[in-house]
Amino acid sequence: MPLYLNDEQTMLRDAAQQFVGEAAPVGHMRALRDANDATGFSRDLWKQFAEMGFTGILIPEADGGLGLGHVEAGVVLEEVGRNLSPSPFLTTAIAAVEALKGTAHGDRWFPGILAGETVAALAIDERAKHGNAVGMQAERSGNGFKLSGKKQFVTHGHVADLLIVAARTAGSPDDADGVTLFAVPKDTAGLTTDPQRLADSSIAARVTFDGVELDADAVIGDVDGGRSVLSKLLNAGRTGASAEMLGVGGGAMDMTVAYLKERKQFGVLIGSFQALQHRAAHLYAEMEVARAAVLKAQQLLDAGDARAAEAVSVAKAMTGLAATLAVQEGVQMHGGIGMTDEYDIGFYMKRGRVLAEMFGDSNFHANALATAAGY
Amino acid sequence: MTDDLETFRAETREWLEANVPASMREPVRGEGDANWGGRKADYSRNPDQKLYMDRMAARGWTVPDWPVAYGGGGLSPAQAKIVREEMGRIKARNPLNSFGISMLGPALLKYGTEEQKLEHLPKIARGEIRWCQGYSEPNAGSDLASLAASAEDAGDHYIVNGQKVWTSYADKADWIFCLVRTSKESKQGGISFVLFDMESPGVSTKPILLISGYSPFCETFMDNVKVPKANRVHEENKGWDVAKYLLGHEREMISGMGLAGPGGNPLIEGAKASVGLDDDGRLSDPILRAQLALFEVRSKAFTAMSERFLDELKAGRAHPAQPSMMKYYGTELNKSRHELVMATGGSDALEWESEASNGGAKPRAWLRTKANSIEGGTSEVQLNIIAKRILELPS
Ligand SMILES: Cc1cc2nc3c(=O)[nH]c(=O)nc-3n(C[C@H](O)[C@H](O)[C@H](O)COP(=O)(O)OP(=O)(O)OC[C@H]3O[C@@H](n4cnc5c(N)ncnc54)[C@H](O)[C@@H]3O)c2cc1C
Repeated sequence: MPLYLNDEQTMLRDAAQQFVGEAAPVGHMRALRDANDATGFSRDLWKQFAEMGFTGILIPEADGGLGLGHVEAGVVLEEVGRNLSPSPFLTTAIAAVEALKGTAHGDRWFPGILAGETVAALAIDERAKHGNAVGMQAERSGNGFKLSGKKQFVTHGHVADLLIVAARTAGSPDDADGVTLFAVPKDTAGLTTDPQRLADSSIAARVTFDGVELDADAVIGDVDGGRSVLSKLLNAGRTGASAEMLGVGGGAMDMTVAYLKERKQFGVLIGSFQALQHRAAHLYAEMEVARAAVLKAQQLLDAGDARAAEAVSVAKAMTGLAATLAVQEGVQMHGGIGMTDEYDIGFYMKRGRVLAEMFGDSNFHANALATAAGY
Repeated sequence: MTDDLETFRAETREWLEANVPASMREPVRGEGDANWGGRKADYSRNPDQKLYMDRMAARGWTVPDWPVAYGGGGLSPAQAKIVREEMGRIKARNPLNSFGISMLGPALLKYGTEEQKLEHLPKIARGEIRWCQGYSEPNAGSDLASLAASAEDAGDHYIVNGQKVWTSYADKADWIFCLVRTSKESKQGGISFVLFDMESPGVSTKPILLISGYSPFCETFMDNVKVPKANRVHEENKGWDVAKYLLGHEREMISGMGLAGPGGNPLIEGAKASVGLDDDGRLSDPILRAQLALFEVRSKAFTAMSERFLDELKAGRAHPAQPSMMKYYGTELNKSRHELVMATGGSDALEWESEASNGGAKPRAWLRTKANSIEGGTSEVQLNIIAKRILELPS
């Protein structure tokens, strides 16, 4: 498979570009923020995502979805990133769907996701830095389980209809085995969420599980064997976050290059200064390399290739490096105006930081590569 | 189609298994391990080099995607990719390193006459003629179009005078592709692209010693050299078009240096040997480990970029200035790789002549990579090109 978008994927990109650019440009996010909107995204917009078919992008055709892959999901995510559109698309339609696909939970949750009504959130992280350890306890209780503990960085957790929770049913935090994934509906007793606005004005919750009782059928996949479901979820989430970061970095770069062509100092366009040209050109190179890494990860995931996990780490780490450079150079090359709230470039810096942290930052993934390679 | 490709892959695999000599599946350790072909080639050290090259050339696989009539394999892009992948799988060496293949060949395919193609391309494909590149002059480096070597019209031939510099392997090459001035009226519009035999009367070369201790390149002097007009590629005074097109290919070739070679990762193995592992099985120098890991990220991402670039190139989708981006990134990356080779090697990697160090292969290679971001147009020049032609920043 050649490493560029095929004709159908290019058509999808054009459609996504037009739709996201019109329905949820950066101004949409700014308006939500200015209104101090407590949801963190527009439910109307989520419905429109559904009407476009986007929420069903990874849902199998047999279940009413489009049955497409990570390349297509990434095409949409990149536009979401470029426009900084707040939406539960990544957590719900990508990561959660990937975890629920092929399980009985799909029948229950997919129709709502397809309709743009259901929102899913991921209760995976237990510390400020994403890690592999799962410490939260899920004790056996009756014919089910009882969950106790805390999770954090649960994006949209305060309004999600469904939480996908990783907990420990055996062993100790660092063990690979003994993890179980649960589908937890939001109104379950003992579940409390503490929503917090983040730097990019999105909302993520700290979630407390205080003896949350679940039936056995809340288990996604196998008891103690949740690591494989979690891996699927994370591979999808990481690849998706990489694609969104490409959009964030690319959007920042485009704004910056455009600014270099319009701002005059010393009687000339600042874009004619070689010092800035070289930095812009270097940034372009980093972004192109990141783009290739993302497409590689998406294609390998779609092909079910054994090398996918490595490629996903490369993509997440590389987009983290490149998008961080893009937003930093973006603010710097805008000069004073780049520091103002009124101008959009700062929003890219904030969103880029959140996505860089999500599902493991560049160091986390570089470390994963080193560990896998045995050093 | 896919079935056909699978069959092709199976056949390719079988043929390579049977025909690539074992010694050609060993990593390239020093300059002597690379085969450059040509009239002056010496195969006495390893006759397998010639055997392997000849076998590959007989199939057209030194240039898999060139037309069969010109010594190529006539393969489709997908098939050529399979050949590359299958060679990588068994860690097969490049059968022939050649400026003819990576630089002159593509330029002749685009700009050459049918006679020129039939005359030169098959000899390139079979490694019979080794080419060198006469572009740079003492006063024309980054500003290449200011070159002064002149070609005076003498009827059916030119009389060429002048000096070239940094001509890689000029003393080992058989022929040169050379930029000469045929008009002073216009800087870029007065250059012609000519080919001549290095044994022509009036051509002489003088090697220049490099910081690596090798002298792969030369000053090249041309003193009343007679060059038939039939050896001019493309129209008179339009050589700059050919030169630029060829430079795109040169940059593409050089960018390949950023790629991790096939097989294991010598960088990591070297680090394990020198600093050792701690109780958790991690390199006991955590900062070096982090540097290596972040290098791996870029290196693997760049490998994907190279694949994408080749795919886009074959499909005619790549931006014409994209080779500049590849050259820039690949060469800077390769320099950092070799900094890490030296950092992991420690004092072992400093030995310059010992047998254990394979004649100082590491420090010499490290020093050589510093030229990657100079030859074929410096990194600064590539960044200028990206800024102007891709990002369209103002002058
Ligand atoms: C190992 C090696 C092999 C080579 N092989 C060949 C060969 O086979 N044939 C051949 O013809 N040539 C060859 N070259 C020559 C090579 O192409 C030139 O060295 C190169 O183009 C740079 O030119 P220069 O050396 O004159 O440096 P200069 O052009 O003098 O550059 C000096 C410095 O100024 C910077 N600079 C120059 N112009 C600009 C600008 N506009 N903007 C910003 N910075 C600028 C450069 O980046 C560099 O850092 C080889 C060089 C090396 C090192």
